[in-house]
Amino acid sequence: MARYALRFTALGYLAALLIVPVGLVARRAFADGIDGFWTAITTPEALHALWLTIVIALIAVPMNTVFGVFCALAIVRRRFPGHGLVNSIVDLPLALSPVVVGLALVLVYGRTGWWGSWLNEQGIQVIFALPGMVLATIFVSLPFVVREVVPVLREIGDEQEEAASTLGAGPWRTFWRVTLPAIRWGVAYGVVLTTARALGEFGAVSVVSGRIAGRTETMTLHVEERFQSFDLTGAYASSVVLALLAVGTLLAMTLLRREES
Amino acid sequence: MAIEARNVTKCFGDFTALDDVSVEVASGSLTALLGPSGSGKSTLLRVIAGLERPDRGEVYISGEEATGVSPQKRGVGFVFQHYAAFKHMTVWDNVAFGLAVRKRPKPEISQRVAELLDLVQLNGLAKRYPAQLSGGQRQRMALARALAVEPKVLLLDEPFGALDARVRKELRAWLRRLHDEVHVTTIFVTHDQEEAMELADQIVLMNAGRVEQIGGARDLYERPANEFVMTFVGPVSNFGDELVRPHDIEVSREPNGSGTQATVDRVVHLGFEVRADLTLDDGREVWVQMTRGEAETLDIREGARVYAVKARKGR
Amino acid sequence: MNSVAQPAPSLARRRSVPLSLGITTGYLSVIVLIPLAALLLRSTEGGAGTFWDAVKDPQAVAALRLTFLVSLVVVLINAVAGTVIAWVLVRDQFRGKSFVNAIIDLPFALPTIVAGLTLLALYGPKSPIGVNVAYTVAALVLALLFVTLPFVVRTVQPVLLELDRDMEEAAQSLGATSFQTFRRVVFPNLFPAILSGTALGFARSLGEFGSVVLISGNQPFKTEVASVYIFGQIESDNVTGAAAVSVVLLGASLVVLLAIGGIRRWATRHDG
Repeated sequence: MARYALRFTALGYLAALLIVPVGLVARRAFADGIDGFWTAITTPEALHALWLTIVIALIAVPMNTVFGVFCALAIVRRRFPGHGLVNSIVDLPLALSPVVVGLALVLVYGRTGWWGSWLNEQGIQVIFALPGMVLATIFVSLPFVVREVVPVLREIGDEQEEAASTLGAGPWRTFWRVTLPAIRWGVAYGVVLTTARALGEFGAVSVVSGRIAGRTETMTLHVEERFQSFDLTGAYASSVVLALLAVGTLLAMTLLRREES
Repeated sequence: MAIEARNVTKCFGDFTALDDVSVEVASGSLTALLGPSGSGKSTLLRVIAGLERPDRGEVYISGEEATGVSPQKRGVGFVFQHYAAFKHMTVWDNVAFGLAVRKRPKPEISQRVAELLDLVQLNGLAKRYPAQLSGGQRQRMALARALAVEPKVLLLDEPFGALDARVRKELRAWLRRLHDEVHVTTIFVTHDQEEAMELADQIVLMNAGRVEQIGGARDLYERPANEFVMTFVGPVSNFGDELVRPHDIEVSREPNGSGTQATVDRVVHLGFEVRADLTLDDGREVWVQMTRGEAETLDIREGARVYAVKARKGR
Repeated sequence: MNSVAQPAPSLARRRSVPLSLGITTGYLSVIVLIPLAALLLRSTEGGAGTFWDAVKDPQAVAALRLTFLVSLVVVLINAVAGTVIAWVLVRDQFRGKSFVNAIIDLPFALPTIVAGLTLLALYGPKSPIGVNVAYTVAALVLALLFVTLPFVVRTVQPVLLELDRDMEEAAQSLGATSFQTFRRVVFPNLFPAILSGTALGFARSLGEFGSVVLISGNQPFKTEVASVYIFGQIESDNVTGAAAVSVVLLGASLVVLLAIGGIRRWATRHDG
C-alpha cells in the first residue's frame, strides 16, 4: 500500500541522514571507553571552551530576551511608520551567512574598523576577544524571542491591557502584571531557541575570535580544532557534549509545550 | 434506485455508533435520518457513502452489494455540513470537478455546469471563489457539484446546519422543489424534527446507534412506537401516568365524565395557540395546549377551576 | 501587516511608545544595521570597478555558482522529502512517531560543525559502511540536506494539520482517485507552504558554513562554496574582495526574504 511506501521512504531518509550519523558519533566518542571520553572533555582547552561558551550565552541570551520583548511590543502594539521594516530587519540574521556576519563585525570593530581604531586607543579589544564573540553571538541569535513573542502578542490583543488601565494600572504595572505573564510561554520558547543558537554558533565567532586555543575558543571552535589536529576522539567527545546540549534544548521545548497545555 | 442497509454495526474504539441498523430507502424518495447528537445518523450516512466501512452488515445500492466498494465508485453525491468547497477553485471548477476527474470532453462539461448553475440559481457567480459566496450560496454550489455526475443517490449531512435560521427555511423549501424536479433518491441527516417532518417522505428516527421508528411524519407523531419517539417528535405533557400530547387534553368548565379537577396556574398566549399550566387537585402539574378560539370559549384565566381529561382518539 | 483600525492610543500606551521604540531601534542599529552598513560601504570603497572586479574573480564566480546550483538541488530534494515526511507525520500512525517528530528539529538545534562531523563519520574516509563521499560535491549536498531538513517539514505540517478533510472526502465522493485527490485538491493547498519552506531552506543553504567546511574539502573551483571563499579571503586579508562577495550573498538573501513575504500574501488570497 502507498501508506507503507511513504512511511518507509520517510523513515529511511531520516535514518540515513539524521539518526544513523548521530548515533555513530556517539559510539565513536566512546571508542576509548568512558575514561577516554572523560579525558577528552576535561582537558584545559576543552574546559576553557566550555566555560567560554557558557559565559557568552549568559550574556547574549538575556540581552536578546529583553530586546526581544520590547521589539515584539513595538512591532505589534505601536503603529509607527516602518514597523514592517523592523520586522524584516529582525529576520535578517536568519538569512545571513555567519561568515558574512563575522566580516561585518570585523569591519566595524576591527583594528581598522569604524569604531575599532577608537576602541583600540581606549584599550578595549573587541575582535579576537570576548566582546566580539558576544556581539557575533547576539547578532545570530537575535530573532528568536521576537518571533516567538510576536504571534502571542497578536493573539492576546489589547483587551487585557486596556482592562488594566481602566482599573488604574500605570504602564509599567500593566507590563509586569498583565503583559509579561500573558506572553511568558512565547518568551520561554524564545529563550530556549536563543540559547540553542548561541551555544551552537560557529561561523561568525570563527571569523571574529582568531581561534586562539585556550583563550578565544568556544566549544564549537574547539571541535574544529581537535579535528584539524587529527584528534578524532576528542572532536567526537566534544561533539557529543554539544549534541547533548542540543537534545536538552529539544527536550526543554517539549516539556514547555506540555506545561503550556 | 433503492438503498438498503442491512444489520450494519460500526464501532469507534469503545463507542458503538451503529448497532445492528437496518434501513430501506425507496427509489426516488426523500428520506430523513433524524435523531439527537450521537445517535449514529451521520455515521449511517457515511457508511452508505462508503466514507466509513461497517464492522458488520452490508450496504446495497440499486440492488447490488456495495459494502466493499470505494466511495469513488459508488455513484453517490455527498453534501457536507460545512460545504467542503474546494476553496482554491472557482465555482465553475468546483461544479465541474466530478466531470473533469472522469475526463469528460470540455463541451460536455461546459454544458452540464451551465445547466446546473442555472438549476441552483448561481448563474452569475461562476467565476467567483467560494470565499466570496454566502453560506447559502456555497451550499447550493455544493449541491450542484454533487449533482453534476448524476449520482444514483444524493446524501446530505446536516446540509443547513451551518446556516442561519432564515436561510435555512428558504433552502429547505428550495431543496424540496429541487427534489421534485430532479427525482434523485435523497437521504439527509438532521437533528431538527421540524425540518424532517416538513421535507421527508420517510423519517428514520435514530437514538444511540439504533433505529427507534421508521415512518412518515404523521406516523411518528400520532403513533409513536415508544416514549423516546413521542418526546422527540412533538411536544409532550405528563398526564396521569402517561405521556400525552398537550393538545390531546380536553379542558372544560363542567365535569366531563372521568375528568380530573384542576386549577389554572398560568396562561400564555403564543399567537394562534394558547398554553395553560394546570395543577391537578392531587398536586401534579400538567400543561395543556389549545387554540385561541377554545381558550376564549372556556374563558381560561389564572385561578379558574376546570376539568381536564385525555381526549379520545379522533380529536 | 494587517490593517485593523486601532483605537486612539491610551495615555498608558503613549508613555511607553518611545521606550520600546527607542530600545528596539538602538539595539538593532548597533548590533545589526551598522555592521551591515560597514559591509556595504567597504565593498564599494574602491568604487564600483573594484567591486565588480572582486565579484568577477574566477574563484569567486566558481564559488558563487557552485553555491547557487547546489542550494537549488538541495531545496528541490527537500521539497519532495520534506513533504513526504510531513505527510507521514500528520496522516500516519506508528510507534515512535512522536520521537521522529521531535528529532526533525535536531538540525536546528545541533551546531553546524557537529552536523558536518556526524556526516563525515558515516559518509567519510572512516565510513563503517564503505561509503566515502568526502571532499566531493555529494558531500556538500549531504551537509546542506542535513541542515535544511526541518524547513519544508515544519512549514507543511501545520497546513496539513489544518487542511479540511471534508474536501478530500468530497473529491472521493465525486469519483477522484487518491492520486487525483492529491493532485487537484490537496497539493494546491500545500503548495504555498512547500514553496515558503523551500525558500527558507534556500536562503539558509546559500550561507551555510559550519557543516560544509570539514566535509567538502574546500577545494577552490571544485568544492568551495561562497561562504568558505569569503572566509579564505578574510584570512588572506583581502577584505574588500570578501566584502564584495558577501554583498552578493546578502543581496540574494534579501531577494529570497522578499519572495517569502510575497508567497505568504499569495497563499492567503483565497482565505474567506
